[in-house]
Amino acid sequence: MEIPIHVLVFYLVALVVVGSACIVAFSRNIVHSAFSLLGTFGGVAALYVFLGADFVAAVQVLIYVGGILVLILFAVMLTHRISDIDITNRTVGRIPGLVAGAVFLGILVYAIAGTDWAKAREVAFEPTTAAIGNLFLGEYLLPFQIAAVVLLVALIGAITLSRKEIKE
Amino acid sequence: MLTEALTTSALLFVIGTFGVLVRRNAIIMFLCIELQLNAVNLALVAFSRYVGVEGQVFVFFVMTVAAAEAAVGLAIIISIFRHYRTVNVDNFNLLKW
Repeated sequence: MEIPIHVLVFYLVALVVVGSACIVAFSRNIVHSAFSLLGTFGGVAALYVFLGADFVAAVQVLIYVGGILVLILFAVMLTHRISDIDITNRTVGRIPGLVAGAVFLGILVYAIAGTDWAKAREVAFEPTTAAIGNLFLGEYLLPFQIAAVVLLVALIGAITLSRKEIKE
Repeated sequence: MLTEALTTSALLFVIGTFGVLVRRNAIIMFLCIELQLNAVNLALVAFSRYVGVEGQVFVFFVMTVAAAEAAVGLAIIISIFRHYRTVNVDNFNLLKW
């Protein structure tokens, strides 16, 4: 049986995503965790390409890899004394957490495998950017504007929270 | 392709959930929340391939909230670190009843 190359690549990318997610969650070294997030974000962007979402993939790279990841690395460097790695990573409640995670994964996989998804249209790839733009400036105009306000408020809030207080 | 993408998304979400439950470092918990948000985005994009492009619009709203959350959350973590010199959440018990 010949496995098509794109299926093989899909599984490889999925493996990278899940593997680096495991490093993020379980690594003892916080810098390793932060850098492994790069693999997860990049892999998810590749999966978006597989699923035919070109614009979302580009935005994933720009916002997550270019923005959020750099922000997180700054936070790690600012809060973590690189020399003492051991203090950062105790784990607690491993057994209850494992049970909860396993049960949750079981439910999710059962639902995904058991549902007869309507696979009506396995359409060929077509660019999605124009359709997304039309939706943002048409049907979803109000949420779009509110998102802009949310970002502004979050930026002001972040600056207010993280600046040094200078008392007179 | 849909089932595989959804299974990847489920795995990613469960790893994130497990990380939030088990780890006690605020930044690691924060990274795990990002994993969960990414998993949800992946599921939305996977469905949007079959249902319509609206799913991808919701991905952008999730990304907006994730970016806002990253900025505010990291600012809170840094200002807590300045105060306590640690990011272990077990030490943050000022508001605990």
